Amino acid sequence: MTMDYGTLRGLVALLIFALFIIIVIWSYSKKQKSAFDEAANSIFEEDKEQTDLNDVNSKQESNKNV
Amino acid sequence: MSQSNASSVNYNFDVVRQFTVMTVIWGIFGTLVGVLIAAQLIWPALNFETPWLTYSRLRPLHTNAVIFAFGTSALFASSYYVVQRTCKTTLFGGKLASFTFWGWQTVIVLAAITLPMGYTSSKEYAELEWPIDILIAVVWICYAIVFFGTLIKRKTSHIYVANWFFGGFILTVAVLHIGNSMVIPVSLMKSYSIYPGAIDAMMQWWYGHNAVGFLLTAGFLGMMYYFVPKQAERPVYSYRLSIVHFWALISLYIWAGPHHLHYTALPDWAQSVGMVMSIVLFLPSWGGMINGIMTLSGAWHKLRYDPILRFLIVSLSFYGMSTFEGPMMAIKSVNALSHYTDWTIGHVHSGALGWVAMVSIGAMYHLIPVLFNQGRMYSIKLINVHFWLHTAGIVLYIVAMWISGVMQGLMWRAVNTDGTLTYSFVESLTASYPFYFIRFVGGVLVVVGFFLMAYNMFKTIYAKDNSLKPVEIT
Repeated sequence: MTMDYGTLRGLVALLIFALFIIIVIWSYSKKQKSAFDEAANSIFEEDKEQTDLNDVNSKQESNKNV
Repeated sequence: MSQSNASSVNYNFDVVRQFTVMTVIWGIFGTLVGVLIAAQLIWPALNFETPWLTYSRLRPLHTNAVIFAFGTSALFASSYYVVQRTCKTTLFGGKLASFTFWGWQTVIVLAAITLPMGYTSSKEYAELEWPIDILIAVVWICYAIVFFGTLIKRKTSHIYVANWFFGGFILTVAVLHIGNSMVIPVSLMKSYSIYPGAIDAMMQWWYGHNAVGFLLTAGFLGMMYYFVPKQAERPVYSYRLSIVHFWALISLYIWAGPHHLHYTALPDWAQSVGMVMSIVLFLPSWGGMINGIMTLSGAWHKLRYDPILRFLIVSLSFYGMSTFEGPMMAIKSVNALSHYTDWTIGHVHSGALGWVAMVSIGAMYHLIPVLFNQGRMYSIKLINVHFWLHTAGIVLYIVAMWISGVMQGLMWRAVNTDGTLTYSFVESLTASYPFYFIRFVGGVLVVVGFFLMAYNMFKTIYAKDNSLKPVEIT
């Protein structure tokens, strides 16, 4: 018996929904915590190396205009 | 000479500098054309009886200039910068990156010539005729090769979340552009879509809404996930939320297109799917907005003295506003009131001027000193003036369009007891004039802000290297 097109679409939708649940569980699992903290902080690594090499800092702020 | 010498990796920042400068130039050009056509709606004589200055030809020039010249140049600049910094390696493909710059600028110049001449495929945001479409596809595929090639040869184990958004945007825009631009050419500047009737309409808005979803949203979210944490000097609020945000956003956005075709020949079920998907889209949109804004938690005081951070955070507030407004407008009964009125124009500009332009401007103010070896922009005060001009301009613009739009919707649907229309179309147009003037004033403020930005940028570029020192906070 062949599967009807609508049923196939329904199954694909269910599969994608299940995948999404897996992604949520995976990303909120305790195991990933330290790897994600590291990733989130990775964008600041170069600044530390950079400040040793020259004193140019990409930061620019002023308290003159409130 | 360049910052790349100071670091251990020899980054290709030349192409980033080129795109950064052109972002500001095209920002002025695109908004200036916008102000001209806004003025034409009040004073029609401003087309000077010249065919190539008519509203109908300049309007697509305005939309193409702000989306594909200004917005996409900002995306090229920031994605090339972020992918190099986060992957700790130079761009893949050598001269190919330079080709994407010159190729893309050629596309823009061709658009600026052919659109006023009246060449158009008549598909909104895809007006350019087939030879230019082919050039866009070639440049875009080279962009994908450079970007993904750089990801593949990265020196880090993890791919930072901003790159996921940039990658999703590059890949999807390629599919959308090639899919929607399938035509049969009949002459050098004339072609017909291969899709018939309602299918063509659905293809067009599948493309059109995902130009919003992937170019104007996913791409700029990539920008947000790098530059907001950088400027705030603290990591993103929740990295795990950013992953869920990415997958939820890209798997939902692609279905929202039919809400542009409510009450048309598109089958009812397709309209309903578009409506439901648009409403669900509210969740990932706000997840991302909260993630960006909460990055500042514990450091809110920075908003007081850092106008760049203010640009970035206010852009997220506008993003939250327009992603609440959008799903609401996608509800069929609300759409019955809002569609074809100025409310839509107000919604688009709260997203385009509020979210897209503000996050780009913030990112460019962050980037310009880094790229041109300075500690800060030439004038922080001018950034602050720009911020307030831009904000005031947007508020005037969108409030005027909201009032005008709701008023038009109500006037068009009003019927007398005998079933005849209460108002003629011209009566609703006359009632809109005051709001068109307020919109024009708002647009002028935005353009003035862009001119200040250009002045500030060139002063920073031409200042002696490292002569502008970062200001210490006491």
